[in-house]
Amino acid sequence: MAETTLSDVRASTAGRGWFRRNEIAITPWLFLAPGVLFFAFYVIFPIFQSFNISLYQWDGLGEAEYIGLENYGELFDDDAFYISLRNNLIWLVLYLLAIPAGLFIALFLNQTVTGIRLYKSLFFFPFVISQIVVGLVFTWFYDPTFGLLNQFLGVFGLGPVNILGDERYVTYGIILAGLWPQTAYCMILYLTGLNAVDPEQIEAARLDGAKGRKMLWYIIIPQLKPATFIAFVVTIIGALRSFDLISIMTAGGPFGESRVLSFYMFEVALSEYGFRMGYGAAIAVILFLIMLCFIAYFLWSMYQEDKGGR
Amino acid sequence: MHSILKASFAALAASAIVAGSALADGHAKLSGDLKIFSDMSNPAPRAVMEGMVERFGEMHPDLNIELTVIDREAYKTQIRNFLTANPPDVANWYAANRMLPYVEAGLFEDISDLWEDPEISENLASTKGAMTLDGKQWGVPYTYYQWGVYYRKDIYEELGLEEPTDWASFKANCQAMVDSGRKCFTIGSKNQWPTAGWFDYLNMRTNGYDFHAQLTNGEIEWTDERVLATFANWRELIDMGAFIDNHTAYSWQESLPFIVDGSAGAILKGNFAVAPLRDGGLDDDKLDFHQFPAINADVELAEDAPTDTFHIPANAANKDAARAFLKFVVSADNQTLINNGDNLGQLPVNASSSVDDDKFLQEGFEMLSSNSPGGVAQFFDRDAPAEMAKVAMEGFQEFMVKPDNLDRILGRLEKARGRIYK
Repeated sequence: MAETTLSDVRASTAGRGWFRRNEIAITPWLFLAPGVLFFAFYVIFPIFQSFNISLYQWDGLGEAEYIGLENYGELFDDDAFYISLRNNLIWLVLYLLAIPAGLFIALFLNQTVTGIRLYKSLFFFPFVISQIVVGLVFTWFYDPTFGLLNQFLGVFGLGPVNILGDERYVTYGIILAGLWPQTAYCMILYLTGLNAVDPEQIEAARLDGAKGRKMLWYIIIPQLKPATFIAFVVTIIGALRSFDLISIMTAGGPFGESRVLSFYMFEVALSEYGFRMGYGAAIAVILFLIMLCFIAYFLWSMYQEDKGGR
Repeated sequence: MHSILKASFAALAASAIVAGSALADGHAKLSGDLKIFSDMSNPAPRAVMEGMVERFGEMHPDLNIELTVIDREAYKTQIRNFLTANPPDVANWYAANRMLPYVEAGLFEDISDLWEDPEISENLASTKGAMTLDGKQWGVPYTYYQWGVYYRKDIYEELGLEEPTDWASFKANCQAMVDSGRKCFTIGSKNQWPTAGWFDYLNMRTNGYDFHAQLTNGEIEWTDERVLATFANWRELIDMGAFIDNHTAYSWQESLPFIVDGSAGAILKGNFAVAPLRDGGLDDDKLDFHQFPAINADVELAEDAPTDTFHIPANAANKDAARAFLKFVVSADNQTLINNGDNLGQLPVNASSSVDDDKFLQEGFEMLSSNSPGGVAQFFDRDAPAEMAKVAMEGFQEFMVKPDNLDRILGRLEKARGRIYK
């Protein structure tokens, strides 16, 4: 009985068409196809389109005029571009503070006390609320006349400091607002990571007399490496994507001193007064190249890890 | 039931009105769909827009009107998408150079034919220039408003000050305010355009309307000595401490509490500031208006009076209905109604309309019709091309914080001028 069935199947496989014969090879591609198509159309294709548009002078409405690399030439002669680039670097560096801050809060919260779940969710709260709300809250907090910060400084006879209106402090003020939710994000990553820390290793370390800082540095943190990697990736991407906070808190001001590349691109190409699609695309290309460095590094290190794991 | 009754009554009423009114030629039977995109999203303008659609719909019962109200700020970036991809039949926008990108791209309908109608060309003569590009008209205005100095009357009286008539008394008043521990002017420069109001007035008073128009047209260098003179006047105010501290942190709305609580004596703003100031508790005994005084006695006074408009996209589907709607909007009766104190609280564009009794509207109307011989400008960001406006307003803001950077700022503007006007 079983034999006949088997031979039936074999016979029919041979008899059916090309698709049946190659089913195993093709099926994964069929499943991937929708994703691949959308990725190609909405991500890959626009990248090349941006490269192309950056060679034109175009207001988004009329005829596009080919001008070669002129947009880039102008970009390298544009003060606003260097200010944005500088701010991007400041964001990249300072935003990374979210990682150690998240780690320490996670270590602090990784204990069994009554109501710890409540505390954890309270610490996670800023990540749940919208960036727009975070921006608004911090804008009010920084308000030079009525804001809590300056009321507080006033008690000590200091201030007022006009954080969002002063070109020296504005970027740092916005980054601080951004760190609030980002720290919560890193904290959650580390909290899950801490669950996976091997208790036996800790015990063994304790027998060997490791305590406090040494325990943290040599035993805990190495085991948190996967969490650290993810935290690093999301923080770098978050820093490069910083847009909503800047838009809501300062709209790039005062006089453009808090702009980053993504915001500058938006401003010249898509905002109320922006009609320079080509110039905006040139900025986008530069931003893309910067991101590409990080993306390449992430992919490379993930690849290394994969190889090591095998 | 209610709506049927209302509609049939309205149809009757409408035919009665139309038969005898200025719209006599506008009531040819209209049918089909009329799609309107509007940026009148604040509560009062929204009610006005909805009211107009309702009344127009009653006049043309066969017409199916579809109104989409879009947030006013979001509208400014959405307009270029919907004009190219999914054009309505009627759309809001602004006058003068602000129309230029869409006119150049062939996205607005040339409606010079409407303007040939004496009903419009005579009654709307004052705004015709603002609607004209390349000798053709591209839309109709529906409202405009004056700019000027809104000041705290009670504080002026307390300090024994009077409305200034020239630059010297303007500065003397300001000095008295500063000496009394207040600031003269509140301003919120976070969104930058309020600084352009100051530039407009200082430049028009220093160099005159024609110079200002040439400058916004890109015909004059930003490093010109006359421009420097404007900034020198501005700097006098800045050095006096005339403006509130930390203005870069505030939007114009956020700058209003300073005049409401009396820590600043005045604000240079359009008439739209009156409503929130009244809501803040300043009644007509406390708030008053005066024209920006002359600086250079040799130039004629000119004013800013931005005009908001309706246009027909070039790719509109129902242009007949759209034209009829535009005619309806500018008709004298409708203008009187929508601009009265209960509605927009601004000035009607039709010369046969009547202006509301409101103190500020009366003063503004008086000023614009009899005391603005030099001309009427739109506003910096409507007179200058969008890109130039952006760069310049950023420069104005920087100047107000760091007046010492003036040379660098003007150098930047001059570079932008070379690129933008070709």
